[in-house]
Amino acid sequence: MTDTSANAARPFQLSLPLRGLGKPSTMGGRWPVLILFLPPALLLFTLFVILPMGEAAWYSFYHWNGYGAPEQFVGLRNFQVLFNHGAFVTALKNNGLIILVSLVVQVPLALWLAMMLAHRIPGAVTFRLIFFLPYVLADVAAGLIWRFVYDGDYGLFAAIAGFLGVESPYVLADRNLAIYAILAVVVWKYFGFHMMLFIAGLQAMDKNVLEAAEIDGATGWQKFRYVTLPLLGSTVRLSVFFAVIGSLQLFDMIMPLTGGGPSNSTQTMVTFLYTYGVMRMQVGFGSAIGVVLFVICVTLAFTYKRSAMRND
Amino acid sequence: MTDTGSAVPVTVATRVYLYASLLIVAALVLIPLVTTVLGGFKTLGDLRTNPFGLPGEWQVQNYTDILFSQRYWRQMGNSLLIALLTVSLTIIVASMAAFALAHVKFFGANALVNYFLIGLMFPAATAILPLFIRIRDLGLLDTYWGVVLPQVAFGLAVSILLFRNYFRNLPSELFDAAFVDGCGYIRFFWHVTLPLSRPMIATVGIISFVGSWNSYIVPLIMLNTEEKYPWPLGIMVYRGEYSTDWHLILAFITLTIAPTVIAFLLAQKHIIAGLTAGAVKA
Repeated sequence: MTDTSANAARPFQLSLPLRGLGKPSTMGGRWPVLILFLPPALLLFTLFVILPMGEAAWYSFYHWNGYGAPEQFVGLRNFQVLFNHGAFVTALKNNGLIILVSLVVQVPLALWLAMMLAHRIPGAVTFRLIFFLPYVLADVAAGLIWRFVYDGDYGLFAAIAGFLGVESPYVLADRNLAIYAILAVVVWKYFGFHMMLFIAGLQAMDKNVLEAAEIDGATGWQKFRYVTLPLLGSTVRLSVFFAVIGSLQLFDMIMPLTGGGPSNSTQTMVTFLYTYGVMRMQVGFGSAIGVVLFVICVTLAFTYKRSAMRND
Repeated sequence: MTDTGSAVPVTVATRVYLYASLLIVAALVLIPLVTTVLGGFKTLGDLRTNPFGLPGEWQVQNYTDILFSQRYWRQMGNSLLIALLTVSLTIIVASMAAFALAHVKFFGANALVNYFLIGLMFPAATAILPLFIRIRDLGLLDTYWGVVLPQVAFGLAVSILLFRNYFRNLPSELFDAAFVDGCGYIRFFWHVTLPLSRPMIATVGIISFVGSWNSYIVPLIMLNTEEKYPWPLGIMVYRGEYSTDWHLILAFITLTIAPTVIAFLLAQKHIIAGLTAGAVKA
């Protein structure tokens, strides 16, 4: 999210001498373009993005099954029930855990690989391609592939256990292990995207600074710590932002892996919304979940924007 | 590819470390994918005893049965249709709005840009229930449009932003010249802006195509009949039906991700640039 308000403030000088063209009668003046070009986007966006979000806020105060009009006003009850719901608390924890793993494992892994592949070494392009491949696959397909990998009867884990002579693990059926199995898939699927961000960041970097540090006798680690990393600041922030937003939305990958089970141990906010809001047609309750997710996302977006503006 | 880091590693030890690390990560990425493709060629018994190795006997029929089934092609067709509708509508609607917001000065233009930017801040999942009710009340439930319209709407914020920044950076001399020649906004948009914006049209097209081709939650909520399912929904139904016949499920997975992988290998540069640069610029 770049800051566009700075651009927007720049006056469009050309519009002044062209005033004469702005007659409604001429096809191509100011008004025809506004009347023809803006409404489709405005209508679609308002109807399917803004209004539903506003309605979610409204419905969240009602107990409603979606038929007729929402009449049973319950105040903040939905939110009260939500935060006392064991599965929702698990979902919040899981979302936090996914964010933590993204920050502690995924982003450093991506940066490490990007640094290696930024060298002009034979095969670098192929490696980049391989690492990016999981990112282009659909989450649903990635989830199903890993469901096979983890399968205790036919999967790769079963074979490894057989080879080691231990009892076959049913990772996804174990309520203590399943979430970690999912975390591994998240890293597998998304590290390549973050690696590409870092490669782009490294390529945009001024190499003279690094050379200067080298001449001054900086070691590899010193160069990384005091030159590369600070210069990559905005890329790191961007990568962290995407990791956080992505983990908050995680749904497609969980459904084929565990569907939020066993016994709700792998719920995320969105799978919880789906299971308890959509499947049971609890519009008020489901909307309350949406509102909580919305508040978290907006807070994050503003925090990111502020930190980006302060530092860049 | 430009060289960015310091000098190429010289010592043998560095090289060994470098390639060993890269190969291990590459193996971790590829093993699940390769075993999936190979698993589709096995019998169930073969898969159970030997999930890593080559098939004992290549069961090509697992694949041909799916390739000759109506089900597979119907799902691919549904996904393609939904994606093409989403892409074309997104490009048309977003580029028009972005043009007006980039070049025409009017009261409230800034406020309108910020209004569209709200869309960048939250995912479709947050408003999925009210969205379902709106689509139902419009009578679009279980139709392709019920999937396409929300997808387009939620893609508008990024697309408008990308187009607007691109349009503003086109050389302004073009604008001068065109207007001196008496060319109006709409003709200028059609004859100058759009032809010059092919790279950005491609970027927005790739982002919205990949998003729609892989999308799951919106069609899951809006569609009820299997005949209309795009492949991510269809593959889940298939898995449900064949629950432990993993050899068939793996063949089905392979064939459904094949178009994505082939497209990626053919147009890797554009796809990587589109998906990362697109994300960065937004």
